[in-house]
Formats: sequence, structure tokens, C-alpha cells
Amino acid sequence: MPARFERPKALVDVPMHYCPGCTHGIIHRLVAETLDELGCEGRTVGIASVGCSVFSYKYFGCDMIQAPHGRAPAVATGVKRSFPGDVVFTYQGDGDLAAIGTAETVHAATRGENITVIFINNAIYGMTGGQMAPTTLPGQITQTSPYGRDVREAGYPIRVCEMLSTLDGVALAQRVSADSVKEVRNAKKAIRKAFEYQIAGRGFTLVEVVSACPTNWGMSPRDSLQWLRDNMIPYYPLGVYKDKGAEE
Amino acid sequence: MTASEKVLMKGNEALAEAAILAGCRHFFGYPITPQTEVAAYMSKRLPKVGGCYLQAESEVASVNMVLGAGAAGVRVMTSTSSPGVSLMAEGISYIAGCDVPCLIINVQRAGPGLGGIQPAQGDYWQATRGCGHGDFRLIVLAPSTVQEMVDLVSVAFDLGDRYRVPVMILSDGLLGQMMEPVVLPEPQGGLPPKPWAACGHGGARERNVVNSLYIEPPELEEIIARRFDRYAGIEASEQRCESYLTEDADVVLAAYGASARVCRSAVDAARGKGIRAGMVRPITLWPFPVSAFGQCKAAKAFLTVEMSTGQMVEDVRLAVNCGRPVEFFGRTGGIVPSPAEVLARIEDVAGRYA
Repeated sequence: MPARFERPKALVDVPMHYCPGCTHGIIHRLVAETLDELGCEGRTVGIASVGCSVFSYKYFGCDMIQAPHGRAPAVATGVKRSFPGDVVFTYQGDGDLAAIGTAETVHAATRGENITVIFINNAIYGMTGGQMAPTTLPGQITQTSPYGRDVREAGYPIRVCEMLSTLDGVALAQRVSADSVKEVRNAKKAIRKAFEYQIAGRGFTLVEVVSACPTNWGMSPRDSLQWLRDNMIPYYPLGVYKDKGAEE
Repeated sequence: MTASEKVLMKGNEALAEAAILAGCRHFFGYPITPQTEVAAYMSKRLPKVGGCYLQAESEVASVNMVLGAGAAGVRVMTSTSSPGVSLMAEGISYIAGCDVPCLIINVQRAGPGLGGIQPAQGDYWQATRGCGHGDFRLIVLAPSTVQEMVDLVSVAFDLGDRYRVPVMILSDGLLGQMMEPVVLPEPQGGLPPKPWAACGHGGARERNVVNSLYIEPPELEEIIARRFDRYAGIEASEQRCESYLTEDADVVLAAYGASARVCRSAVDAARGKGIRAGMVRPITLWPFPVSAFGQCKAAKAFLTVEMSTGQMVEDVRLAVNCGRPVEFFGRTGGIVPSPAEVLARIEDVAGRYA
């Protein structure tokens, strides 16, 4: 039998609503493959956040809870503290995690909350139609920074992995990308490591995936991946910012 | 401590112990006066009984931890005081929209804003009108003694589980801080199963999704309609109140919580002066005990007494269909009305209507 490329068991067999060229679909797949490989879907609870990925509760085959905007790490904390043997992950965008949910993110991280956060950084608010995000690059044009993000007025973007890497509760903080086959493979390894660390009880794990939003960037899928490489990666360098496993 | 033995306890601590006896093993909170004893007691006791006490970074976070634990199916609570409830309003709306049961304690203090730390009853509207965005209700229970603080905790958890609604115990700084002798109940066992909970499907059932988002208007309208069918059942079956000397009363007071304690003394004093006074003391603020007011056949007038500028008084007027006069007396700012002040109001109302 030749190897066949199939849908992971932990993904529900329904069409996704994501736009063409959006990397959410790829990242959903990587999370689902990980749940399959670790054989943990049955004891996993996923937390959907607010933004484009709110509908992730329709796509993951594990039990799901939809959280208020920014509060996914707090909701995940409630689940994990109730069922410490469960595998609990949040799936959050940049506005959700790094603007309205900054406090919940930082405190779940510093508590060493034994959860996994999948953080999608596409430098824009997707669901509401392309407004400036906490990770929007300096000079980047969005609906609410129509002349380009002026850091004198709007301040600077937040580098989440770098910020969280100073906290003792963090077991893994790694930034990956989904712009090429090579980087997708790296992303998969990081996501799998995060879940493995959680299962081993090592602490808070976060994988930031630098992602594209062709619709709100106003580019073709191909151009948006090139824009990501040319503009986002220099500001958000890929790499491991904290890895308790490697430190040992 | 054994059951049926009387012990002297502070209201906040008695409530916390009662929650543990009711099977609650998960508490998420944030310090705020005058409820902090609940959290302090839980932080001491829960680790000893295999439970989880967690101090969150804010009330915003703690109520969302409650959402997570409740959605996973455990008996869970939080405790706060008035400004904290304002911060929790978002989460409470989601909890109601997700049909997740939980217990929220509000040990009321004076507001608005930072207000003061003395007892008040200014959060009645907030508690009984849902307190967050969207169409929803909380079951709201109002104890007026430390014993009732204890007794209403298991009632609150059981009602929440039965109807899949968040429940609030609306206490105040006076009840939370005072000490009274209480009899604690036996530990509650056999908590109900929650087949809808999201705690891992184990490959044994369809996946569960706990969610409040319905993007198609007809679907959302249907969900809301079904939720309000449950609310109608609650209104029909769960009204609770104490009617004190109301049968022949010309003047019927309406008061809950701490102000009801003052009113009871004032009613007794009025009776001593030959005035036929009585009191309806709502124990459920929602559902409001409408039927108890209808049973006050002799009443010529009602007098609502609150530690606010007049909030429950509107429900009393609705309960009597504005068919008889409903007067109001209140103190604010953290001041508890005195029995003498209330007696003077009873005499005034009796003089005009009785």
C-alpha cells in the first residue's frame, strides 16, 4: 500500500471557513497530527479564542470550550486545575493573546500553568477586517493605521516569545513560521515538543507561528508569504527563546 | 466539628466551609474587602481536602477560570465584592451563554466606583438584571443570617446544576464580617453527572463543545428561547421568601439581607406600639417571590427598606402591580439603617394608610 496523505483523526471532517492562503488550516493540521501521534485526543480539551480561529471549536475532534476575548489561558487554567491529567491547549491570535489577553497570557506563563498555547501572529486583526494589532509592524498599513503604524503615536509591536522567555514558569517559548515546507516541518516539531512538555508536567509552553493574512494584507497568497519573509521574520526572528529541556 | 454541633463562625468563613461540605473543591478568586476571608479560608482548607485554591491575577481572570472549571464539569465557585462583580460581568455573560453552572459570591460594599468598604445593597439591579451583556439571568439568593449563608450554599450549587445556570449569593459586608452560631450540614455526596461537560471524550462519546457563539440568528434565537423556557420553570418553582407576621399586617415591609435584620426588629417594635406590621423577606431575589406579595391580603401599604437609593422597590411595585402604595426608605454610603429610623417610617406609613 502506498502511503496516503489523509486527514488527521483529531480534525473533524468539515470544510473550514478560512480564506485562501491563510495558514490557520496548516497549523490546525499540525496540532491535530500531534494529538494523533501522542494518542491523547480523548483526554484533550481545546480552548477556542475570539478572532478568525473562534470556529476552531468546529474543527478539532477533542472536547472544546470557546473563551471570551483574551481569556483563553484563564479558561484553560480552570480546566487544567480541574482535570490535571487532561491535555489542555489554547489556540489564539495576536489581538486576543497580546492585546486584550496580555494579563491572562503573562500570568498563566509565570504560574507555569501546565498548558500549551498555540499563538498565531499575523500582525493584524483578521476577523474584524484588518485593524492594527499589537504585533502590527512599524509603518504597516492597516484599516486603523491608514498612514502606516506610527510608533510615536501607536507604540511598538510586542515580541511575545522574547517577553515570556524571562519568566521562570515558561518551559518552552519558540517562534516558528508556516511559510514553507521546511518551516512547516519545524513548526510541527515545536508543537509536538510543547505538547510533550505539557504531558511531562514541565510547565507553560507557547509556540508562536508567524502567519500570513492575505485577505487583510491585501495580497495574493504567494505575495503574502514573501512579504512575511521580507518583513515579519526580520522583526520576529524564528528560534527557541526558552527551552527547559535543552537547559538541562 | 460534627454535624448538629453549634459553632461560632464569621459569615464569610461559614459560607466557605459550607461550600466545601457541598462538594466544591475548586475556588478561583482575587482579594477584595470585605470578602477576603472567603478566599483566605479556602486557601487554607482546600489543599487539605484535595481541592484547588488559585489566586488569579484579576477578577476578569478568576471568573474565566470558573468558566473553564465549570465547563469541565466540576463544582466551582468564586467570591468577590461589588467592584469585582463589575469586572466579572463579561465572564458571567459567557457562563450564562454557555449554560455552565457555578457559584458567584458578592459580599456587597458601597459604590459606585471604589465607593467604600462598609456594607451596602447597591448591587441589586446588577445581580437581578443579569449584570452582563445580552439576555440572561442569574439565580440570586440573599441570606440574612450566618446560618442562612451556610444553608443557601448547597441550595445554590444544586439549583445551578439542575437548571445549568450561574447562581449568585448576594451577601453584604455586614453578614460577611459578623459572627453568629451556626450548625454546619453533613457533607454532600453524589453530585449529579454532567454529560455535557468538556473534560475529554475518552473516545467513549461524541465530543462536547461548550460555546456561546451562534452566528446564525435563527439558531441563536432558538437557543435563547430554550434558555428562557428554563427560566420560566425557575420562576414557577423556585421562589423563596420568609413572610413574617404578614397575615394581618396593615403595613408590610420588604427587605432582604442585612436590612431585613433591622426591619425584623422594627416590625417587632411597631407591633409593641399596636401597629400591625409585617415583613416579606425575599430569599430569592431572582426569581423574585412575587406570589408572597400577592398573599399579603390585609396590606394597605408596603415599605421597602434597602441599603441603597431604591432598587428592589421596583420589583415590589411590579409584584403588587402598583395596586397598593409602595414606599421606600434607604441609607447609602455604607450606613446600615437603625431600627428606630425604620420604626419611624413604619409609623409614618401606618399613619397615612392604616
